[in-house]
Amino acid sequence: MPPVSTSSSRLVYDALKACGVRLISALPETWLVHLIRMADDDPEMTLVRLAKEEEGVGISAGAHLAGVKSAMLMQNHGFLASVNGIVSCAQLYRIPLLMLISHRGSFGERDPWQTEGGGVTEDVLRALRIAHDRLDQPSRVAHQIADAQTLAYASNKPVALLLCRDLMWES
Amino acid sequence: MTRLDALRAVYDRLVGRVVVTIMGAVAVELQSIGHCPNFFYLQHAMGLASSMGLGIALSRPELSVIVLDGDGSVLMNLGGLTTLARYRPENLVHVVFDNESLLSVGGFPTATATGSDIAGIARAAGVPRTARVESLDEFVLAFDGALAAKELTTIVAKVEAAGPSGYLTDLALLENRFQFQRYLKSAGRKT
Repeated sequence: MPPVSTSSSRLVYDALKACGVRLISALPETWLVHLIRMADDDPEMTLVRLAKEEEGVGISAGAHLAGVKSAMLMQNHGFLASVNGIVSCAQLYRIPLLMLISHRGSFGERDPWQTEGGGVTEDVLRALRIAHDRLDQPSRVAHQIADAQTLAYASNKPVALLLCRDLMWES
Repeated sequence: MTRLDALRAVYDRLVGRVVVTIMGAVAVELQSIGHCPNFFYLQHAMGLASSMGLGIALSRPELSVIVLDGDGSVLMNLGGLTTLARYRPENLVHVVFDNESLLSVGGFPTATATGSDIAGIARAAGVPRTARVESLDEFVLAFDGALAAKELTTIVAKVEAAGPSGYLTDLALLENRFQFQRYLKSAGRKT
């Protein structure tokens, strides 16, 4: 397997910092390792390591109401595990979540256990009417993350960015 | 001990603090004593009240945060206890009213009715201070002790499985949410 891209992870992390994100909740997965290390090494960032991704919805909701900008880092299976929290906390209470979701299980996936989630992730996002976009080109990352956060705050709603293979793997 | 008696006994401590409650009886009973703009009632998303409290406590260490939880909700997010313990904010007190039942949906017993011990689970998860109390006096003592300790505390208060006759109040969910956010914003300006 090609290594996860450090340079793309850095682009994503720097974009989050530039948007004022100061709290990140995360549950580790292969594609997120560099991002989580960057957050852990950054004295300006509060990293909250979770037992299960749905907790991150509550933590981000609390942070938002307390005036701190946050982001959630998770695998698409973590997003699927968080759906009730997203609906009955973030959507019910109009919380602007910024979710970065590693889009496992798409073309090129070699791990058999990841292959179901990739096929349903975008359908579930659509069913939940969550605005979302794919991050697959390094040159557009900063712009897309800033725009996603802008919409989240203007609408008081969750938004999602899918971290795609073309971005997250070294080419 | 009833939950309402316990809430009444510490109500004056809640007035100046940030309070996050779960849905159901806790929310209705606290509102019946008196709503304040610094009280937020998470009227769904069972299990996430403690996570919200953690998010607030980590974001605003200068504020004193109280989470009023319940056995049914905690049992839906036991992993959250390990996250609380991991970051153990010293400005967070976590109260779990344990009536051993899912009262609002007909009183079906939870696992605490057959011996599961939430204070023991919290302790084993790494929460630095835990207490299990059965009387009102013990509860007040434990609550004040937790506020004074400045160390993350989970207090499990065994309460009667009795609650209000209804679960709707005239406080709209979004009214509560925006009022609470505005309170937190102004609380920053005051300090």
